[in-house]
Amino acid sequence: MELLHHLYEGFAIALTLQNIFYAFIGCMLGTLIGVLPGIGPVATIAMLLPATFALNPVSALIMLAGIYYGAQYGGSTTAILVNLPGEVSSVVTCLDGYQMARKGQAGKALGIAALGSFFAGSVATILIAGFAPPLAELALKFGPADYFSLMVLGLIAAVVLAHGSLIKAIAMIILGLLTGLIGTDVNSGVARYSFNMPELIDGVGIGTVAMGVFGFSEIIRNLELGEAREIFTKGVSGLWPTWKDIRQSSGAVLRGTILGSALGILPGGGPILGSFSAYTLEKKLAKDPSRFGKGAIEGVAAPESANNAAAQTSFIPLLTLGIPCTPTMALMIGAMIIHGIQPGPQIMTARPDLFWGMIASMWVGNFMLVVLNLPLIGMWVKLLTVKYDYLFPAILIFCCVGVYSINNAAMDVLLAALFGFVGYAFVKFQMEPAPLLLGFVLGPMMEENLRRALLLSRGDPAVFFTRPISLTLLIIAAGLLAIVMAPSIARKREEVFVEG
Amino acid sequence: MKIGHPKNFWGGVMFAALGLMFAVIARGVTLGDKVLLPGYTMGTPARMGPGFFPFWLGVILVVLGVVISISAVATRAGAEGKLERFHRKPLLWVLGAIVLFGVLLKPLGMLLSGMVLIVGAGLGAHEFSLKRSLLLGLFLVVFSALVFVIGLKLPIPLCPELDALQSIGLCRA
Repeated sequence: MELLHHLYEGFAIALTLQNIFYAFIGCMLGTLIGVLPGIGPVATIAMLLPATFALNPVSALIMLAGIYYGAQYGGSTTAILVNLPGEVSSVVTCLDGYQMARKGQAGKALGIAALGSFFAGSVATILIAGFAPPLAELALKFGPADYFSLMVLGLIAAVVLAHGSLIKAIAMIILGLLTGLIGTDVNSGVARYSFNMPELIDGVGIGTVAMGVFGFSEIIRNLELGEAREIFTKGVSGLWPTWKDIRQSSGAVLRGTILGSALGILPGGGPILGSFSAYTLEKKLAKDPSRFGKGAIEGVAAPESANNAAAQTSFIPLLTLGIPCTPTMALMIGAMIIHGIQPGPQIMTARPDLFWGMIASMWVGNFMLVVLNLPLIGMWVKLLTVKYDYLFPAILIFCCVGVYSINNAAMDVLLAALFGFVGYAFVKFQMEPAPLLLGFVLGPMMEENLRRALLLSRGDPAVFFTRPISLTLLIIAAGLLAIVMAPSIARKREEVFVEG
Repeated sequence: MKIGHPKNFWGGVMFAALGLMFAVIARGVTLGDKVLLPGYTMGTPARMGPGFFPFWLGVILVVLGVVISISAVATRAGAEGKLERFHRKPLLWVLGAIVLFGVLLKPLGMLLSGMVLIVGAGLGAHEFSLKRSLLLGLFLVVFSALVFVIGLKLPIPLCPELDALQSIGLCRA
């Protein structure tokens, strides 16, 4: 009953006319930017962040949630129509979605992706409302040592589940942690790595890093590759799937939702693992697995539902523990902090309006996506046919103005250019930059908790192994590492990602 | 000696170099008794100074970078590991244009620096036409001004920093 009461409270906030409007605008802008080729959800959110500055925190978060879903859906759209995944989590959507588009069933694929996502999102919203309060209570029992271990687990889980080389991903996280330390140290007041530049005393903004590494470097990359995209915009009419399609994919949606919701709660798990395992499961269960990869509708429905369910439930660790699991979540934390909200277990009691309003608005954002956005998709898709030579200057100026207006600092634009170069080098060295952003957000938090833990234990590192919560978390982290490094699993992991 | 996986090798070198930079700046540099770079206080594990965490992270990064590079030498990756060319044209034009935008934004205002950004970045594209870039730039600058400055009321300077122009209402951010 309490759950219903909380949800009611949240919907009362989210369903004011004003907030519905912001959810809609957010959704629309998110999709608009998200469908642009080479712009994933991270760059989209970073770019649109300034658009929320003028709003009050509740409306701003609601709009951000809208942007988040819009961007996610925009990413799936590009995955299906252009075979370009905006984020790792939509890699599997490309497999069958693009094939469906080639067969002229693009509309059906886009429709089932939206409907599946909506169903998954609705279920996950209820899960959040049910799970978040007890988890937040548990989180209040966490000491600094436990928090430190939790972050270690989160980071390990994030790299274990990511694809590519494990050691490169860990190095990327450490580089992220270090970048996060730039700026004034809260304990001693020493300005670290700021080279006497006043702009660096407050540290580098997450928007600046995200825009450089994910936005600018992608533009340069696209320019050097030239235009070699094959876009299917013809079959986009007829978005509503037939009953036969729905019957065929309902099982996949349901399984995807369950799998995605469960995996999303794990720190570090998130949408990537959800979509990959949902796809693999469907393929295993199918009567005729050979249909997969050739345009099977379940192959779109399952990962898209799982992806959205996990995207939603990954708000649970974010809102209750203040720990982001994906780069997108890392950016959401950054956005919350800009609006003066520090996510963590206390937020639920200190600002219940914000907490429950946001949870309800997630559902509203999802709903908007299906009701208002889906019919407009044909319009956004037209954007894909615009030549990149016209498109990239527009992306560039929005990015630059966006970076500038986060702090009204011209220096941030120059820094973003520097990070753009770094991001381009990462691409050339075949290094996945996503872990960098996670490390970046967690850097200061990890240092702070490490310091406090060791201060309390008088410098004795055993504290991480004597506290039961901390020990459990570290054992799980070590277990994950061991599993991935075991040769047989390592091979299997390669296979999964090769399939993907 | 031939390096088996140049991508990983140079990536490892990059990690090691960055780690070294972070570690050295945290630790400071002293030559004999002359302090070249003061560094940050290390402290003890119980009372960590600002240098402790970044120094050890830097050290770990150096180790990881070296391991990546060494194992890259031994790998036989073939074409997969070959380092792709850095395309200087889009890289320099686009980044250069962004830097110019950042430098010129305050003194010249967004209208002019935006034009510089778009024409400059356009030079990095495969085909460049000055007329097209100027038209596109004009459209985008006006559009951005309408959306960001007038619509969202973000304090972005629009016009050059000249007293004569500041009397125009629209120019004052």
